[in-house]
Amino acid sequence: MSENLSAFFYLIASVCFILALKDLASAKTARRGNQFAILGMGLAILTTLLSPMVVLYQGIFSALILGAVIGIFVAKAIKMTALPQLVAAFHSLVGLSAVFVAAAVLVQPDAFGVGFIGDIRPSRLIEIGLGGAIGALTFTGSLVAFAKLQGILTGKPHILPMHFFINIGLGIAILSLLGLLLVTESYAVFSVLIIVALVLGVLLIIPIGGADMPVIISMLNSYSGWAAAGIGFTLANNMLVITGALVGSSGAILSYIMCKGMNRSFVNVIFGGYGSVAQEKAASSEDKNVKAGSPEDAAFLLKNSQNVIVVPGYGMAVAHAQHAIKELSQLLKEESIGIKFAIHPVAGRMPGHMNVLLAEAGIDYENVYELEDINSDFQNTDVVLVIGANDVTNPAAKTDPQSPIYGMPILDVENAKTVFFIKRSLSAGYAGVDNELFYRENTYMLFGDAKKMTETIVKSFKDD
Amino acid sequence: MTSLFDTICRFMDKNQNSILTSKKLSESLEKVKDMPSSGEVSQLSPFMISLTVFILAIFVGYYVVWKVTPALHSPLMAVTNAISSVIIVGALIACSIPLLGAAKYFGFLAVMLAAINIFGGFSITHRMLHMFHKKKS
Repeated sequence: MSENLSAFFYLIASVCFILALKDLASAKTARRGNQFAILGMGLAILTTLLSPMVVLYQGIFSALILGAVIGIFVAKAIKMTALPQLVAAFHSLVGLSAVFVAAAVLVQPDAFGVGFIGDIRPSRLIEIGLGGAIGALTFTGSLVAFAKLQGILTGKPHILPMHFFINIGLGIAILSLLGLLLVTESYAVFSVLIIVALVLGVLLIIPIGGADMPVIISMLNSYSGWAAAGIGFTLANNMLVITGALVGSSGAILSYIMCKGMNRSFVNVIFGGYGSVAQEKAASSEDKNVKAGSPEDAAFLLKNSQNVIVVPGYGMAVAHAQHAIKELSQLLKEESIGIKFAIHPVAGRMPGHMNVLLAEAGIDYENVYELEDINSDFQNTDVVLVIGANDVTNPAAKTDPQSPIYGMPILDVENAKTVFFIKRSLSAGYAGVDNELFYRENTYMLFGDAKKMTETIVKSFKDD
Repeated sequence: MTSLFDTICRFMDKNQNSILTSKKLSESLEKVKDMPSSGEVSQLSPFMISLTVFILAIFVGYYVVWKVTPALHSPLMAVTNAISSVIIVGALIACSIPLLGAAKYFGFLAVMLAAINIFGGFSITHRMLHMFHKKKS
């Protein structure tokens, strides 16, 4: 296949990728979007296989088949609640793959048309180094994110002494090593560069707490795109550049949306957890009055209401409560009680996490609303059921300038007539802030596991 | 300023072939524009072409991704993850050439890891979107 013909097919593949993202604009066209993406990828792989640069095939096919088997098996076996971990693990693989590609280009530059051993063009050397470094950083960063999400590491921020300065030092080291690579073109320098980037990847993610994971996962998503674009520059392949740019900007936009959902700047998420402010605040709450409700009360009030809003959070995912919630919503529908779901942008551990879990349980996505679309409805709502969400409902975000979450957009559940709050204990949420909603007149706490509690409500609803 | 920029571009790309092609291109462009020849011919480097494509693609990405409904942000992440594995293009080339020592596994590993992502990413996206789809009925 001639170079021009390859470039033409690569162009078509790039267009397919753009159309794939475009079709995700609505749930109706989204599946076609995925098909476009598959088509584009197939085209890209076939075009490359038919190009004169590819000489030996046996290794390729065994690697492809092995990868396909592992990938499809994992994707089929995984539970939807474990989705954030899976995405983090996948990101790490893109990163590692980019490192290997960069290393291969350095070792055998003539095969990629970027020069000859000992005489690689300087711009390519920078791109090889940069692509490899971003890949390495994505690899270890995603592994740490995976470990935190999977519970292998605790979700608490781990901060080393002088953490910030160590990171800056490593950043400077990477830049100097890039310069050194440019001059020496040495494999040893490249290896050290990769090792430093691997370490930096760990240190960047380890201080970040569990609830900031939506930002981090989006950020790593973005990095994997930039790594792909970096490889694209190296190989002067515009399809890689386009795809990398698409993925990179997509991840960046998601990070921005998540940061806005927490009213925090990106820099703030990267360089500091909430942790330190939290302790002092916890003490003041002891003498306040909390009303504990029973599932029977909840079932009774739900049955006698006109409309209900359910606010799910990470606790729902942990307890796998979504199917019980679906059952409850079914019962309410049978009684012609209006039920809606309100989703905060940062609920869960990745963007759109709650939507997927509710969809998995079979809840109609047309009843699921985003924060800005539903917030004015709370005041006309009889019962709000908060399941495993906490900080995103805390009115202190609006009223208390001292609060670390002040300014964060929240769901105005306190405006509803009655609020039931399913929670294991009165403990503070991730932000370490006491939720003043617990002490409101119209709030009843339902202490227990989200799934069991919802099931008990369903049961008493039926018995009644 | 212009000459500095040209120097940077030339530094960023020392590919003689492409300089020759872009020379031809700029010569013909000059004929069309009927500009007086200044003696120095402008040289468009492949780096500049890639950079142009890169910046424009960021804009395309920006406008397309803002249109994605928040409910589908998880599938968006899964599918972008899968398509970022398009670096398999580089991996395939690496896998098809005989490398020496430990390097000979680089290509194989790169293809395999990218393939896990591609197949895994697309099938998990399919699974998620299927859930959103069946709700319609």
